[in-house]
Amino acid sequence: MVRTQTELEAARHTLVALLEDHPGVLNRVVSLLRRRGYNIESLTVGHSEMKGISRLTMVVAGDDSIIEQVVKQLYKLVEVVKVSDLSDDRVVVRELALLKVNATASTRAELMQIADIYRGKIVDLATDSVMIEITGHEEKIDSLIELVRRFGIKEIVRTGRVAMLRGTAGVTKAEE
Amino acid sequence: MTHTGAEIVWECLLREGVDVVWGYPGGAALPLFDAWAKYPRIHHVLVRHEQAAAHAADGYARATGKVGVCVATSGPGATNLVTGIATAMLDSVPMVALTAQVASSVVGTDAFQEVNITGITLTITKHNYLVRRVEDLARTMREAFFLASTGRPGPVLVDLPKDVLFAPCEFEYPERSTRPGYRPVIHGHPHQIGRAAQVIQQAKRPVIIAGHGINSSQAWQELRQFAEKLDAPVVPTLLGLSCLPAEHPLHLGMAGMHGVAWANLAVQNADLLIVLGMRMDDRFTGSLQHFAPLAKVVQIDIDPAEIGKRVPVLVPIVGDVRLCLQSLTEKLPEQKHQEWLAQIAAWRQKHPLVVGSGKLPPQEVIRTLYRATGGQAPVVSDVGQHQMWVAQHYEFQKLNRFFTSGGLGTMGYSLPAALGVQAAFPDDPVWVVVGDGSVQMNLQELATIAQERLPIKTVIMNNGYLGMVRQWQELFHGARYIGTPILGPDFVPLAATFGIPGRRVDSAGDLEAAFKEAQQTEGPFLLDCRVDGDENVYPMVAPGEGNANFVEDPRGYAGK
Repeated sequence: MVRTQTELEAARHTLVALLEDHPGVLNRVVSLLRRRGYNIESLTVGHSEMKGISRLTMVVAGDDSIIEQVVKQLYKLVEVVKVSDLSDDRVVVRELALLKVNATASTRAELMQIADIYRGKIVDLATDSVMIEITGHEEKIDSLIELVRRFGIKEIVRTGRVAMLRGTAGVTKAEE
Repeated sequence: MTHTGAEIVWECLLREGVDVVWGYPGGAALPLFDAWAKYPRIHHVLVRHEQAAAHAADGYARATGKVGVCVATSGPGATNLVTGIATAMLDSVPMVALTAQVASSVVGTDAFQEVNITGITLTITKHNYLVRRVEDLARTMREAFFLASTGRPGPVLVDLPKDVLFAPCEFEYPERSTRPGYRPVIHGHPHQIGRAAQVIQQAKRPVIIAGHGINSSQAWQELRQFAEKLDAPVVPTLLGLSCLPAEHPLHLGMAGMHGVAWANLAVQNADLLIVLGMRMDDRFTGSLQHFAPLAKVVQIDIDPAEIGKRVPVLVPIVGDVRLCLQSLTEKLPEQKHQEWLAQIAAWRQKHPLVVGSGKLPPQEVIRTLYRATGGQAPVVSDVGQHQMWVAQHYEFQKLNRFFTSGGLGTMGYSLPAALGVQAAFPDDPVWVVVGDGSVQMNLQELATIAQERLPIKTVIMNNGYLGMVRQWQELFHGARYIGTPILGPDFVPLAATFGIPGRRVDSAGDLEAAFKEAQQTEGPFLLDCRVDGDENVYPMVAPGEGNANFVEDPRGYAGK
């Protein structure tokens, strides 16, 4: 079945989980997701503003009943403190990518111009390549990658999605 | 006061009210066993294989409602626990498994008898711990018992490196245990309970499905009051059996793949299912597409993830089933469902259970056991045909007297689990019903029974086959019996070498006398019942079929 971009986006949920920062907790989360066969598109984890609490963001594909099960199953892990589904409009969504692209003296200027249009930055230069740093929605990053593909891409690294609610409400505030 | 890590473990167990632990020593566990000498109030049972320690702790926990405890050494000791831990996980049994570990300094180096047991048991424990510092030990033990016994119960494993067991530390037992992410909901939401009461009052053909949750939250009184006020039939799941005396007029018996026909017909024709502490397991529902097509569903469960997992639910109630039933019963006026109950009684007349007519029909063995014990005995069953015959033919009149591995279907469960059940009911001989296949899976525990002088009565349903698999081969694989004929030892002389008296039974006429002898003999006894080998369990719902499409015993049809 071919799905439009909008349908895909609708089936895609951004879940944010607050975890106790213990050894092995990420292992528990990943092993749960794998065992129950959930379809994870990206997963990223780092410190939160609270001591001892990490914040995990993941993008899961699935209909509402699947997402409900993912949330409930995550809650069963003792070290999972809170799970929120940040899939509505009032969310800022970002991903960061680094791209190492082939560049000669004659193509370097054009690459710098393209990076500039995408509000990317050149963060490293070598005799035969440039490294572009870019942040934004995944689609914007996809689009830049497509655009520079003809120069020859040496390497790509992407962080996966992070997300935060707009306004004063927040996933951690709701805890209090 | 300063204690070693090993002493702290026992101090914690004392404070948790533990009086018996099943275990097996070994190199890394030495400090733990050495310190045990100072704690004679905690009885040690030496099993013959660590799997048995886990099953015994499991049986004890099911029978008492307390946390069962088992202990093993590192490496192979720990891995031998795995099947027992998984059995407890699938059936939500509160258990704390203690494993010794190699010293912290060599953890991760593939040291002698090292395995990563917290990694191995990650998905078959409710939670697990590797204790890295002796300062964390008391808090961890407190938490382990707290997690195992609250919310939806389950096994918790604590891995104890040898150096942590030796290390000295000031001991203080935490008053209570809290985790920011662990807040089980106990009381049902009043709004949902109100909605449930409304839906229930509209029902014409309600059926109460009583799962393991009734037994594990000890909601027997509440279930009975609820069912009587509602005048609705009660259908137990396999693990829900003995939640209500079988002689109670509202008790129907088990539904599902080998459920009694009238219970399946009741569920399939119901307009309302009140689902209590059960998880709509596939062996219970049969084909979901055909499951109870006319029924609305009210579901009470302590685990939100079980609500609506397989069957859509109209009114979900998260909470302890005992407390939720109390509130729900208060909200309900008395109901009458005479017509519905009469309909079910008619089904019961029309589709009775059939007993074989051979030399020694296996169903007759269970019925004789039932008559001999008056339905009062604790019964531990293994997994297979005999398990289903117990579920169908033994009418449990006492509450919480049936113990078996439901979710995992662990062959070899019964003999070791009986060690724990017997510890829970020291004055009532425990009856083990086991096949000749499954008894050979943990046969070594006859030695533990003998050493502990436990009055466990073992009934082997000996048909020379792995019977349930043979049945499936007969029905679905062209009667090609590959890998199912099984040669056993001569069990009566074998038991005698363990010091356990026994008797062989070859015909139905000898059953009554044999059971009498088993009962009149002090201590353990073994009956080797050479039952008819070609018997199948009926009724049966074939995999993929709806539960109304049960196949009855062909001999039953002939009789009508």
